[in-house]
Amino acid sequence: MTSRRMAGWQGEPVRFRFDGRDYEGVRGDTLASALLANGVRTVAASPALGRPRGIYAAWTEEPNALVRYGVEPMAQATTLDLTEGLDATSLRGRGRLSEEPDTSRYDAVHAHCDVLVVGAGPAGLAAAAAAAGTGARVIIADDRPVAGGSLPDTAETVGGVPGDEWAATTLAELGGRPDVRVLSRTSVFGYYDDNYLVAVERRGADAYSRERVWRIRARQVVLATGAHERPIAFAGNDRPGVMLAGSARAYANRHGVLPGARAVVFTTNDSAYAAARDLAAAGVEIAAIVDTRDTAGHAQDGTEVLTGHVVTAVGGDEGVSSVTVSGAGHVDREIEADLLLVSGGWNPLVHLFSQAGGELRHDDATGSFVPGPVRQAVEVAGAARGVFTLAGCLEDGAAAGARAAEAAGFRMGDAFRIPETPAEEPAEPAAHLWLVEAADYATHFVDLQRDVTVADVMKATGAGLRSVEHVKRYTTAGTAHDQGKLSGVLTSAVVGHALGLPLADLGTTTFRAPYVPVGFSTLAGRDRGALHDPVRTTSLHEWHVAYGAPFENVGQWKRPWYYPRAGEDMEAAVLRECHAVRTSVGAMDASTLGKIDVQGPDAAEFLDRLYTNMMSTLKVGAIRYGVMCRPDGMVFDDGTVIRLADDRFLVTTTTGNAAAVLDWMEEWLQTEWPHLRVYCTSVTEHWATVALAGPGSRDVLAGLAPGLAVDAASFPFMTWRDTEVAGLAARVCRISFSGELAYEINVNAWDGLALWEAVMGTGTVTPYGTETMHVLRAEKGYPIVGQDTDGTVTPADLGMDWVVSKKKPDFIGKRSFARADTSRPDRKHLVGLLPADPGRLLPEGAHLVETGTLPEPPVPTLGHVTSSYRSAVLGSTFALALVSGGRDRMGEELYVPLGDELVPVTVTSHILYDPEGARRDG
Amino acid sequence: MTKDFPDHPDWLWSSPEPRRSYDVVIVGGGGHGLATAYYLAKNHGITDVAVLERGWLAGGNMARNTTIIRSNYLWDESAGIYEHALKLWEGLEDDLGYPILFSQRGVLNLAHSLQDVRESVRRVHANRLNGVDAEWLTPEEVKEVCPIVDVSPDVRYPVLGATYQPRAGIAKHDYVAWGFARAAAAMGVHLIENCEVTGVEVAGGRVQAVQTTRGRIAAGTVALAAAGHSSVVAATAGVELPVQTHPLQALVSELLEPVHPTVVMSNAVHVYVSQAHKGELVMGAGIDPYNSYRRRGAFHIIEQQMSAALELFPIFARAHVLRTWAGIVDVTPDASPVVGTTPVDGLLVNCGWGTGGFKATPGVGWCYAHTIAHGEPHPLNAPFSLERFTTGALVDEHGAAAVAH
Amino acid sequence: MLLIPCPWCGPRDEAEFHYGGQAHVAYPENPAALSDEEWARYLFFRDNPEGRFAERWNHTAGCRRWFNAVRNTATNEIEAREVIA
Repeated sequence: MTSRRMAGWQGEPVRFRFDGRDYEGVRGDTLASALLANGVRTVAASPALGRPRGIYAAWTEEPNALVRYGVEPMAQATTLDLTEGLDATSLRGRGRLSEEPDTSRYDAVHAHCDVLVVGAGPAGLAAAAAAAGTGARVIIADDRPVAGGSLPDTAETVGGVPGDEWAATTLAELGGRPDVRVLSRTSVFGYYDDNYLVAVERRGADAYSRERVWRIRARQVVLATGAHERPIAFAGNDRPGVMLAGSARAYANRHGVLPGARAVVFTTNDSAYAAARDLAAAGVEIAAIVDTRDTAGHAQDGTEVLTGHVVTAVGGDEGVSSVTVSGAGHVDREIEADLLLVSGGWNPLVHLFSQAGGELRHDDATGSFVPGPVRQAVEVAGAARGVFTLAGCLEDGAAAGARAAEAAGFRMGDAFRIPETPAEEPAEPAAHLWLVEAADYATHFVDLQRDVTVADVMKATGAGLRSVEHVKRYTTAGTAHDQGKLSGVLTSAVVGHALGLPLADLGTTTFRAPYVPVGFSTLAGRDRGALHDPVRTTSLHEWHVAYGAPFENVGQWKRPWYYPRAGEDMEAAVLRECHAVRTSVGAMDASTLGKIDVQGPDAAEFLDRLYTNMMSTLKVGAIRYGVMCRPDGMVFDDGTVIRLADDRFLVTTTTGNAAAVLDWMEEWLQTEWPHLRVYCTSVTEHWATVALAGPGSRDVLAGLAPGLAVDAASFPFMTWRDTEVAGLAARVCRISFSGELAYEINVNAWDGLALWEAVMGTGTVTPYGTETMHVLRAEKGYPIVGQDTDGTVTPADLGMDWVVSKKKPDFIGKRSFARADTSRPDRKHLVGLLPADPGRLLPEGAHLVETGTLPEPPVPTLGHVTSSYRSAVLGSTFALALVSGGRDRMGEELYVPLGDELVPVTVTSHILYDPEGARRDG
Repeated sequence: MTKDFPDHPDWLWSSPEPRRSYDVVIVGGGGHGLATAYYLAKNHGITDVAVLERGWLAGGNMARNTTIIRSNYLWDESAGIYEHALKLWEGLEDDLGYPILFSQRGVLNLAHSLQDVRESVRRVHANRLNGVDAEWLTPEEVKEVCPIVDVSPDVRYPVLGATYQPRAGIAKHDYVAWGFARAAAAMGVHLIENCEVTGVEVAGGRVQAVQTTRGRIAAGTVALAAAGHSSVVAATAGVELPVQTHPLQALVSELLEPVHPTVVMSNAVHVYVSQAHKGELVMGAGIDPYNSYRRRGAFHIIEQQMSAALELFPIFARAHVLRTWAGIVDVTPDASPVVGTTPVDGLLVNCGWGTGGFKATPGVGWCYAHTIAHGEPHPLNAPFSLERFTTGALVDEHGAAAVAH
Repeated sequence: MLLIPCPWCGPRDEAEFHYGGQAHVAYPENPAALSDEEWARYLFFRDNPEGRFAERWNHTAGCRRWFNAVRNTATNEIEAREVIA
């Protein structure tokens, strides 16, 4: 294949494959420039129509040249660095996810600055230099590998040197300043409230992290994001070989690549003339410039200019072979060419400005949407606001940078001297032409990647649609991988044409983040696996692991679920653990229970307001169980309250609710009762807690704590003692969650393992996990908040009237108990269930119905099973359930529909074991 | 390959000038407003109806949701209205004569903790009693339904199982709205865009008219269907609603070859994702916590969403976020809607659908039309009255629905 | 990511805060004296304006103090803040 590289263009060779064929490019190429250099014209088939498509643009606005490579499902050939061995496959609109894992690393960086400049073109560099000169902390972010914005595309000179050289020097100088950070290959893709911007830095496969997200909070922002060249809709405008004029110029000047041999240039404005000059100088024959205006721009001597003409047809099924041009009063001409360069003018890149909440206004002079009013602290400079001359961009950027720095509180320092630029040619005003009128619009493409034509848009308007948002959705224009960078405004213009409305009235569709596609894993960063959510473990964790316990996730905590012995399954292990506690003694790691130290002269008063029962009457040295409700009267949490001193309590919470309860306390204290003198402090992690339960627990404790009087009279139920256990300072609470004689031994977290090993060292204690704890408490009818309650359950529903104070004038939730619904007699009550078949384990979550035959749905439910276990001590399965009017149904037979079966159960008290509480004292 | 979508009808709706008076004015031209207008005309023969839309038709949450349709709600009251909706969805394409791309590809709701499992099984059993198709799947069965879900035990919150509703699925939201709009317009309903209601006129305890940016429009009945803006409109009639307005974000990836055959939702890991007809992954994020009418969420919510998505779907690692957006949703204290009468005669309200409004579209349209036609609620929306907040008879769907509708 | 001015810690990222909804909704002096309607109003009804909104924030990841702010819910701009005394 012919090389289309300019003679004498130097570069280190790079080998690559595309669609299974081998090619060679040079370092610095993109995949697109390398393909063009190899004369590859057709790079994809269009998604819906299967038409051949070529490279159309030179950067992120490219609609056609989509590829996949390695694990990357979709990328634009125009932004993909050519690397040795790259093996890319063209895509037809849809990417393919790889089964191979992504092994790259991703990071996020937080940054703060006084002035963030987005874009390192002439305006951005001038802005950054002007701002940096004041001493302001500046970040300048640019999405390309080479600085200069359009300068490397246009090869204009700045300060007497080639523009790209000036840009590189200026950026290097900026980078050398202590308070300036230069981010190359970094796309700012989102602009959020309070000047919070997010950017992705592409560091490459060899970097420690392949990509990084920058989360930038800027006092002031300067957007110098440039402009995109506008396409024109005409018949056959999707043929390979049709290309934006400025992009062709970029391939020539940046990469030394000639996208064709003989070109027709179709333009509405002067910029394409410069493109034609550069391409001609590079060796492309310019067959003609077709200018829609009546007055020509400044063409090179000898170039034919057809003013007042448009392109009406493009010949060549597989790529441009000829271009037909028409002009009023002229005979149509078919011009032989393999390249058709198009320029419909330039659209300022207002995406980020619009994301920032800025309003757009239509500028009649440029025929484009430009920034209007905005509330955030942002300046827009250069082409991004419709300034299209080099000198103008430098001046505009410098002024914007200076204003931004001043607004951020910096006084003018080293003035930035605007460099000399060549004198501009006098410009002819641009025409605004969006589409070439025709009888048939079937190949006038508006969105190349979505295969949307002017005919499609007209069908939408013909169906009655008036809003560009509707037309976008009807046609899918602007929804492809290129996010409508080229098609967005064009679609609006075509709608305007169809409806006879000015573009200004139609506006654009909304510009949404991200400006460029950003990888899922880039955004997920390090928050994956164990870091997706922190893991919390107790100080005894290693022992549980060593003992082979499977773990249950409870909130962020890992809790040992049960401790299987060789050959045991979970059921066998739990039955054995339960038996041990009921007949001998067992121990459980209870360290995850939330613990809050409540101190202050008004602590007792405070707890009286929070809990449904009375806490102020609790004596120092004693413990009380308590329930908290939300103001709506529904149970929120439960636990024990121990009184350490007149002005000090230790409150325990459920494992999952510890943070919520502390937040709850602080909220009431700070916002409702700031006059109460109380502090609340989480001490959950301060303590390791070992629950010792079973008739043998007293003896075990006595052995470990020789200084403690453990007899029932000296150490009664619901009291606590400070003592030494196994030689460790300990607080022992005589409380029970199993109905058995039991103690909770609390020691400093760092002593936890020593305590546990001492307990286990007695040789008589069986370790048990959360499952056994659940069975034991259920046998006693103790509910678990969150399992036997669901946010719709009152203390009375749980059969806990006794925990609701009748004496206190108020507590949180009290008023709600008097509402119509909370005093209904048929509310769901917590009851016990015994299956008729004592071997039948009901699934938790199963529902109850009244009759032994099931009518057609919908069948009203009476309630559901909240807890269900096999009980060693009952010799039967059993369950707890919330059942409508349950307390009035004692002894009733109800049914649990399971598949086609209706399983009979008998309603019982929720307290199934030791209802008298005889076992409490051992 | 041909174009991705079936052809649209050649005619959708016209844009008439508003008349000075209508029997019924529906405030809000989203899915609910349009469906209500359609069923008013079709079921009740009431066609002197205007649907007033402040922007472009179906441009609010109807254009911004993740298009999930399911009826596997916990409580009987919810199952009633959502299952009614699902049954209507099943015949809607024929009913409207519009290709709405309703795809019953099933929805998985994953469970990641023992408590999740209990709640999920509870919902499955409740659903079956209500005639809602529901199954409990083991992790292995989850893998069979959706092979790309990581069900290995070493993820942070392993998949312990899932509920599965095979009849659930997705539909093309815009087409649903346009189908209702077209059919309603064909029966004489006026669809009026760029017409913002700025006030509701009340005299003697009875609604009289609405004030709009296109003039006063008198009405016998004013039915609100304004989602996130319900409070603002109702307040002009002196009616307070127990709703708070929040941004809810969603995103899509680039178009990808099919990898994801169903819909997966996870409350614990905060993901809901499907792959739309064209091939893009459609994902919903968590709700932004503060009240806001700005259709813009915060970016860290999206970042958290990505981290959650990759926990469950490692294959998504190199997919790209192409577009993000936000709707503004009206959230009630019990995560259930308010549909019914207000203290003002002739002023009806339909709001509080939070993150779950799309799937209810035909069901709520049906019931709300009944409520408008009869002046009192349909049995299916009767439980969703304003009064429930006074009696305490809430329909608390937090536990089973959480954020991920 | 809003930048929220904590009265004690200065302007901080939104992710550090917990939202508390409408400000100045006091717990009733004597709930028992309220009608069901009045109690329901306290429990469930909060203002939801499009515009200026006095609301509560808690700097949970910082000083853990509550404060009030006035934010415009149409633009998210925070116009004022006050310490809860």
